[in-house]
Parts: sequence; C-alpha cells; structure tokens
Amino acid sequence: MDNAMTLPRYIFRSALIVLLAMAALAQADMATDSVVQGAQIESADSAIEASAEMSVEEVFAELIAARSTSAKTDTIQKIANSDFPQAQTVLQALQEGELYYTKAKPPVLVFAVNHPDGYSISSALNGEDLGVVGLRDVRKVSINNALRNLLRGLLAEMALRSESVDVRLQAAKNLIRSPAEEYLPAIEKAIANETSDKVLVSLRLAEGMININSDEQTKRLAAIEAFSDTLDSDVMSLLAGMQIQDADGNYQESDEVVRLAAAEVLRDMKAQAQLYKIVENTFFGLSLGSVLLLTAVGLAITFGVMGVINMAHGEMMMLGAYTTYVIQLIMPNYIDYSIIVAIPAAFLVSGLVGIIIERGIIRHLYGRPLETLLATFGVSLILQQAVRSIFSPLNKSVTAPSWLSGSWEINGALSLTYNRLYIIVFSLVVLALLLFVLKKTFVGLQMRAVTQNRAMANSMGIRTGWVDALTFGLGSGIAGIAGVALSQLTNVGPNLGQSYIIDSFMVVVFGGVGNLFGTFFAAMSLGVANKFLEPFAGAVLAKIFVLVFIILFIQWRPRGLFALKGRFVED
Amino acid sequence: MSKFDDVFKQSLIGRLLQSDRAGTWLLGALLALAVLVPFFNLVIPADSFLHLPTYLVVLMGKYLCYALLALALDLIWGYCGILSLGHGAFFALGGYAMGMHLMRQIGDRGVYGNAELPDFMVFLNWTELPWYWYGFDNFFFAMFMVALVPAALAFVFGWLAFRSRVTGVYLSIITQAMTYALLLAFFRNDMGFGGNNGLTDFKDILGFSLQSDGTRNVLFVLSALSVAGAYVLCRAIVSSKYGRVLVAIRDAESRTRFMGYRVEHFKLFVFVVSAMLAGIAGALYVPQVGIINPGEFSPVNSIEIVIWVAVGGRGTLFGAVIGAIVVNYAKTYFTGAFPEVWLFMLGALFVISTLYLPKGIVGVVNQYRERLAVKNSANKPQELSS
Amino acid sequence: MSAVPKPGYHFEEMQSMLYLNGVTKSFDGFKAINNLSLDIAPGELRAIIGPNGAGKSTMMDIITGKTRPDVGEVRFRDSIDLTRYDEAEIANLGIGRKFQKPTVIESLSLWDNLELALAGNRSVVKALFHKLSGEQRDRIAEVIELVGLAKRAQELAGNLSHGQKQWLEIGMLIMQEPELLLVDEPAAGMTDQETMETAALLKEINRDHTIVVVEHDMDFIKALDSKVTVLHEGSVLAEGRLEVVSANPRVIEVYLGR
Repeated sequence: MDNAMTLPRYIFRSALIVLLAMAALAQADMATDSVVQGAQIESADSAIEASAEMSVEEVFAELIAARSTSAKTDTIQKIANSDFPQAQTVLQALQEGELYYTKAKPPVLVFAVNHPDGYSISSALNGEDLGVVGLRDVRKVSINNALRNLLRGLLAEMALRSESVDVRLQAAKNLIRSPAEEYLPAIEKAIANETSDKVLVSLRLAEGMININSDEQTKRLAAIEAFSDTLDSDVMSLLAGMQIQDADGNYQESDEVVRLAAAEVLRDMKAQAQLYKIVENTFFGLSLGSVLLLTAVGLAITFGVMGVINMAHGEMMMLGAYTTYVIQLIMPNYIDYSIIVAIPAAFLVSGLVGIIIERGIIRHLYGRPLETLLATFGVSLILQQAVRSIFSPLNKSVTAPSWLSGSWEINGALSLTYNRLYIIVFSLVVLALLLFVLKKTFVGLQMRAVTQNRAMANSMGIRTGWVDALTFGLGSGIAGIAGVALSQLTNVGPNLGQSYIIDSFMVVVFGGVGNLFGTFFAAMSLGVANKFLEPFAGAVLAKIFVLVFIILFIQWRPRGLFALKGRFVED
Repeated sequence: MSKFDDVFKQSLIGRLLQSDRAGTWLLGALLALAVLVPFFNLVIPADSFLHLPTYLVVLMGKYLCYALLALALDLIWGYCGILSLGHGAFFALGGYAMGMHLMRQIGDRGVYGNAELPDFMVFLNWTELPWYWYGFDNFFFAMFMVALVPAALAFVFGWLAFRSRVTGVYLSIITQAMTYALLLAFFRNDMGFGGNNGLTDFKDILGFSLQSDGTRNVLFVLSALSVAGAYVLCRAIVSSKYGRVLVAIRDAESRTRFMGYRVEHFKLFVFVVSAMLAGIAGALYVPQVGIINPGEFSPVNSIEIVIWVAVGGRGTLFGAVIGAIVVNYAKTYFTGAFPEVWLFMLGALFVISTLYLPKGIVGVVNQYRERLAVKNSANKPQELSS
Repeated sequence: MSAVPKPGYHFEEMQSMLYLNGVTKSFDGFKAINNLSLDIAPGELRAIIGPNGAGKSTMMDIITGKTRPDVGEVRFRDSIDLTRYDEAEIANLGIGRKFQKPTVIESLSLWDNLELALAGNRSVVKALFHKLSGEQRDRIAEVIELVGLAKRAQELAGNLSHGQKQWLEIGMLIMQEPELLLVDEPAAGMTDQETMETAALLKEINRDHTIVVVEHDMDFIKALDSKVTVLHEGSVLAEGRLEVVSANPRVIEVYLGR
C-alpha cells in the first residue's frame, strides 16, 4: 500500500507548499502598501500656485463665454492650476459631458443629469440642488477631442497630488496612455515626492513614454531603461513598433543605438510576459480544476467509494445552487453573508434529498450498477422538472458578494481575480474536511468498513443500511456545496447539473475510482491541461481533446490513474 | 395454403420464427402497416373519415426509426450486456450522412443559389467544398456512408475499449463521453456540418419531393421493412451459436474467456452491427423529419433509447420495438396534452421500470400468461372432479 | 475434428505438463506468490492445499493468463511460455479452468452450456454459421451423462443446485478437451456424498487428462489418493503423499499452530 500512496501524497504536499508560499507573498505585498498609505503626503499644496487674480465665479463665467478651443484651453488650464475646491469635479464633469450652463442672465454653470422631464441640475459652485429643468433651458459646455485629451491629462495631474495611493496609481496609469510633454514637470515633481513603489514604477513609465519622443538620445535611452521594469502592453507595442522595417529596409526607429536598446528590453519583456502567461494559465487551470474537484469529489464518494452511479449528482449541485438563490431571497440585505449561510444550508438540502433517494431507490438496486444508473437518471429528470415547475424554467441570478469581486494585481501582465483564488482555497478546504471525516471520525471509519467488507461490518454490529444512507448523503451534500460555488460562476437554472455531470464522471474515472487523491490530481491536471490547450485550440476544441484523451486513457488504464491494485479488485 | 406453410417453415426466416411467436406477430404487423398505411393515406380520399392524415404517416415513420434504433441497442445491451449510453451518436452520424446527401441535392435552389456549396458554407464565406463532402452528391455513395461511418467509429471505439476490457459502467461512461465530444464537435461551425443549425431545408431525394405524400409513404414503407429486416437479422444473430456466446459473455465474461473465446472479437462484431443499424435508423429518420442537428448527439437522447428498451423488455428484441413505440407515443401525447408532466412521467418511468419491471412490458405480459396457464391447469382437475 | 490434439498424445516424450519456476507476484507490496516452483508430470493428478491467502487462486490466475507474474518461468508442455498468452489463447492451447465459485452460463440450457464449451474453432464467423454435427451431439450427450445431468439437459443452468453447477462446470471443462485441468475447490458447498462422487469423477477424468486440484477438504484429498503440495505464504512448504505431508511438523504448525 505504501508505494501507491507516496506519489499522490507527494503531489498533495507540494501543492500545499506552493499555496502557502503564495499566501505568504500576498501578506508581504499588503504590508508595504499599508506603510505607504500611513505616510501622509504634504507635497501637493506647495507644488501648485494658486491663481489668485480671479474668483471662481469669474473663471466659470469665462468658461461659459469661451467659444474657441484656444479660449477654452486657457480657461481649463486656469481652473486646473487654481486651488478652487470645485476644480476637480468641474473638470471631471466637463470631460464626461455633464457640465451645462443655464440660459439665465448671467448664466450659471451647473452639473446636469438626465431626468424624464429634462435635466436634474445642481450648482457647479456649491453643489446646491437646483431642481429639474427642461431640455432647452440649459446648454452643454461643448468640448472636442483635443480638449478631452487635455482634460484627461490635467485630471491625471491633479490626481497625482491626491492623498490616496490608489488614486495616484490610477492617475499615473492614465498618463501612460496619454503622454504629452507638458505633463513632464508635474510627473517629475510627483516622482520626487512619491513614496509608493508601485506608483513610482508607473510614474517612471509615464515619464518614459514622454521622453521616448524626445530629441536627446540620452533621454530616450533612459526612457527605454525605465521600460524594463514593466510589462505594460502599450509599452511593448511601442517598442515593437520601433523594430518594424519598411520596404527599403529602414527601421521605424532611425537611431541605431536606441533601437538596439529597445530590442533588448523588448526581448526581456517578452520572455517575462511569457513566464507570467504560464503562471496565469496555471492559475486559471487550477481554478478550473478546483471547480472540477468540487463537482467531482461528491461523486468520488458515491461512485468511488460506494460504487453507485448517481446520474442525479448534477441535480444535487443544482439543488445547492437553488438553495443559494433562496437564501439570498430570504436575506436580501445581507448578500455578503448569505453565501456563508448557503454553504451549510445547501449541504443539508442536497444531503437530505440524497438520503431520500438512497433509501427510496438505490437501496433496492445495490449490485446492479446499470439499473442504478437508469433509475437515478429518472430521478434527475424529476428533480429538473420539479425545479422548473417551482422556480420557472428561466435562469435565476445569484448576486456575488462584494468580497468575491476584484482582483489581486501582481504586475502589468499578471492579476489574479479573487473569485478564482477563493474557489481554489474553498475546494481544498472541502477536500480536507472530507478526508478528515473519512479518515479521522468514527462515522468515517464505519463508512470505510462497510464499503470494504459489508458482511463483516454487518456482523460487527454496524448498521450498514444506515451507513449507506449517510455515505450517500455525504456525497450528495458535498455536491450541494459545489452548487453554491457554481452559483457564483454560472447561471442558476434547471440544466445546471447536466453541464457538469459528464465532466465529473471523467474526473473520477481518470483519477481512479475509490481514491480521493486521484480525484484531486485528476481534477487539477485536467483543469490545467484544458487551460493550456485553450489558447491554441479554442475552448470547445480543448474540451473535446480532453474528452478524447480520457477515452483513450481509459483504454490504457481501465481503472484510472491511481487505481487500487490487487486480485480482489477485479471481481 | 398448407403448401405455402411448408415452404415458409423451411425457409430461413420461417425456421428462425418457428419458436418465436411474438416475432411472427411483429413481422406480420409491420408488413400489414406497410400495406395499410399507404392505402389509407393515398387511396382513401382526404374527405373520408377513414383517411389517414399525412402527419400521422410521418409520425409513425418516426416511431419506426426509433424502433430500429431500439432494436440496435437491445442487440448489444440485452444480449451482450454492453450498455451504450452513446448510441445516439451512431444514429446521428447515419442521419448526417443522409443529410449531407440531401443537402447536395438542393443544388442551386438554396437561398444563395450556389450550385456547389450548401447555404451555410456560403454564409461562412467558404469558397470550396471540404474534402469530406466529396461524393455525397451520389446517392449510393451516401447510403454506403450511412452504414460505414457509424461502423467505422464503432470499430475504432470498440476495438480500443474491448481490447482493454473496459466493461460495465466504465464502458457506459466513456460511450457517453464519446457522444458528448461529438456533440461539442458538431456544434462548431468550422466542422463543416452546419454548426448549431445542422442540415435542413431539404428539397428532394432521388428527384422525388420530400414534401409529397407519395415520397412520405415510400419512406414509411421503407422504415417498416427496415425494422422487419433488422428484426430478422438480429433474431438470426441471437439464435446462432454466436448469439449464445454473446449471452455467455453477458452472464460470465471471464468464464467465456477461459473457454477459449476471444471475447473482444465477439463484442466488437455485434457492436459494429448495432452501430450500422443505428446509422440506418438515422438515415431513414432525417428525410422524414426534414432536419438533423447536433442535438441528436446529446447524451440525454442516448439515455432515452435505453429507457425504450428497458420499458419494452431487454433481451427480447420485440420488446425493444414495443418499448420504443409505446414510450414515444406517450411522449407525443403528454408533451402535447400536459407538457409540464412529461418529464415527471419519463423520470418515473425510469425509476419504476428499473425497480418493479426489470423485464419490461414483455416480462409483465409473460408473467400474466404464465399465471393464467397455471390457473387453467389448476382449474381443469377441479372441473374433472366435479 | 479439432485443432487441439487428443490428450495422452505426447505423454512419452514430454518431461512435464506444467512447470513453474521461481514465480513471484506481488500486489501493492504484498507477495501473493513468492518464488513458487511446481512441476506437474503428464497424466498426473495433483492436489494443492494451503490455508487461506496461501496464493492458490493467484497461482491459478497466473497459469491461465489472467495475471502476469512479476518474475519467473511458467511453461506448458515443456516448451510453451504461458506468460506470453492471454486467457483465450491459453484455453485454446489446452488448459481448462474451473472457478472456485461455480460459474456456468445461467440463462442458457445445460446443453447450450456444454455446446459452447465444445472444443473447436472459436472464431466469430464460425460461431455465426455453426451447425452441430451428429458426432458433436453424441459427444455432448456422452459428457452430460458422465456428469449425471442427462435428465435436465434442456433446463436453464441457473436452476441447478450448487453441487450440480460444479458438475456442469466440470463437464464443460471436459468438453473443452484440455490436456490440463485446473480445478479450484470442486467440493466446496457439497454434501459428503456429493464430495465423494466428485472425487470419483475426477479420478475418472484423470485417466486421460492431467489434473491440478485446489481443495480445503481433507476427506476429499484423501479420496483422491494423489500427490499433495502444501502452499504457504506464496511458496511450497511441503510436497509428497498425504500421509508424509501431514506428518511434516511445519505443515502441522501452519495448519494447527494458529
């Protein structure tokens, strides 16, 4: 037995180590962020000269009066360089086309939002609500593309002076997209004062994007040097553009030194990006694998341990997903917590239904696997129709809790979304709990005893019927938990189970029946294989490849990857 | 009359049916249908109350195709214990082969008027016919493919699976994976089989319009004759020594092997024959319903075939035919009358037939007759004594 | 008539019918068979005994091609290396096996069971167009008489009692006309009288077949009156006449010591 256990155990252990290391890295990163946020930035005030000559009202009047682009540019610059508290909101509104003026004399600058009766307006001066006006009572302060670009830059510049790291980072990133020489002083000032490494990298990049268009070779080389810290896709296409030759063999970039430096940086970036692509694919694969693991692990109990082909397994997941939906209906004000409540609820609902199915049907069919398959398929049809009749055949939407959204950005090329991250952790926790129940609890001991030698277990006083029901309930309950996870990933509908049942069977069969480590390994490797095939073959073809692979694999090892060996297994 | 009887009894079919009364009835019924249905549809005028509407002819033709498919499954499941959950794939492949021929027959009458390319290819901006569509404009080539393509898939799949002794539920699961993989593949537009929409808008077959009553009746008669022919073929197979080896494999595979039979060869042969029958069923089905799409590959369809056989009574051949017709008639009726109830019904049918009717309708009838026989023999002495 | 030579053909020039040398097979580290050596002479009747888990059934599996040994030599009729063949091929070479649990085709008649076992070409095509010859009918009738089930020839094998199934299975073995019969616990679940009848039947068959019997029942072994091999923990513990073997202190220890 020992030889057979070492490999899966080794894989499991190394997977744990990797996960722990990832968690540790995440901790470290968050620590630096908080230090930066703690340090207050006092530089903003001194950097900007207030335009003391004109009052807010005067400047606003000038903006309304300005007709030509150049006049508007001047006024916008004035607002941007002012210390008016309204400056940022006004420019923002202007850029988004929400800045209007009334036709009163003198006209008043207002923010306007669409309203059934026209516009709902509020004062640009103090935000005071001015009620609803007709469509023709106000006129938009119009801007063109040139002004829009200017505004974006200016807003970014202002944002660079913000106290929030996130705002500064976003501003720096915006600057990368719209490099223009006039920002250079602001960027340089910001670089001198910046304390967050993340923001600094983006600022240098923005500076580089401006300097790359400079006339001085040294500045341009320095810019390229700055690019080497990033994996920004815009930068990569810029550098790649330099290497393009025209029909006469002349490079887009005429300066040989700059071009070669750019080529070198580009090469490094590409290599790095490729590496991160692999990391990202692996991560996607692992998260897909975790979904597979969740959907298959319940089956690994009912099929793998008990030998029952439960075609209604998918519907157990569907019930779990609908339970999540119902819980959310019951507690609409606590969406963030409803999913936590849904996990045990789904376990109970699906587990109970599982026990009913076992006592009512499967019990009579032990030792006749093909008949079990047909009967449970019948059950799956009944459950599907029941859900259709109760909840309507349409898909229901389950709102994801806020803490599941967002992503963990590691660098320009790699960001890991939290919902995928959580699902990996969740599936591992479920697997660990299941192993604990099976290996360390008395109920688990009884379950193993019954599956290995029913007659002996019976004669030792174990109520085998009760243990069967409980084991089946456990497998079904875990399917219910998988349903909670699926409700966050796909539509909750009557067909939810159908789309996962074949995959789940594939995982269990591939991993080797009766072996939870095998199921774990199979789910993860199939998930990763699928995601690595997808870029070349497309999602559907990748799935077909995986199916064909498993069909062929079963020919080679009919009992799966980590099959139990021995004479007794065959009979 | 008696002379005819003698000749019939000595013929191959006669010998086969000698001890198969149900089979004789079935063949008789099929032949009667093949004569009566066209008569009541074509000869009896449309305003007579005896007239059989054409839609019923098509519906019955459809049931017969299902019956042929059920027969194919019963041959391997009932007699050899191979529960294929992917037999719909062979049916669909046969259907696609026929569909490709009908597609080519449309010629330049399609929406885009392209004589060389089917509409969906023009729509996808394809410029030439893919190589695997070559030859399908020829009727005989297409008919050859109807049997050959399912047979080839069954051969490759079966050769791999049986050689490595994949049995029981494992085999069922990988057959399901097979049809699922094909479902996904045929949904793809790049496959060149019309993707999601499949093949449809057929015009005619061998120059006869598919919409005409005459063609529809001919297709019906062909379906009835195919079921009859397939029944005789299957009966011949299962009554030969080969058939008994199949039963031996079903009951005690290991024992059969130790007797020196190459179990994988025996399974492979019957699997391929069954796949061909399923393909023919698909080919008869497509011109009658006028469409073939990837939905036919859906694993649920394949499982439904199993329930026809289970309800009728597996391992009896005629049970499969009865099951296919009864379940499908029920489906037509209930989906029309109580659409909400149908899936409950079908689900309950699965559960009840496996729990309480392990031998299906045929089993129930036999049981009833046996009980009747026992009663009669119990009654007789009483009558004598009184 | 058949491809397999009639038994008793080459007994003179043949050294041994079955020869196992240094055979080892382990399952997940557990050695079911450990360096086992065995030599069965042509025409011999050999009884193999041993406690549960001694490796008897695994040995049968290895000889009949169901299990491949990890190492070791398995030879049939001196020259044929059995490890290179699968079950069907080995059966066709002339080795018949009776299972521990009686295995007959329950939904076929006794007659059909015997007909399937009848020696001859095993190909698919032959089976499809097979017709019994008069000679073959006689042979089936003869064997069904031999195992004492002639009256029930047309009944389903599933209706037989446990002991009758054992006999039918032995009958099927004879139909195969093997040179070597491997018989796994033929007396299990039989009454004393049936046991004695079975022993007599095997001795009868032994006249023109080589037989290896695995059995627990000591009365049965005594009735066979043959050479005995004692298996223990996957290898041979003792070999010889029953009286000699049962006097062996190690055998006594294994059987009675725990």
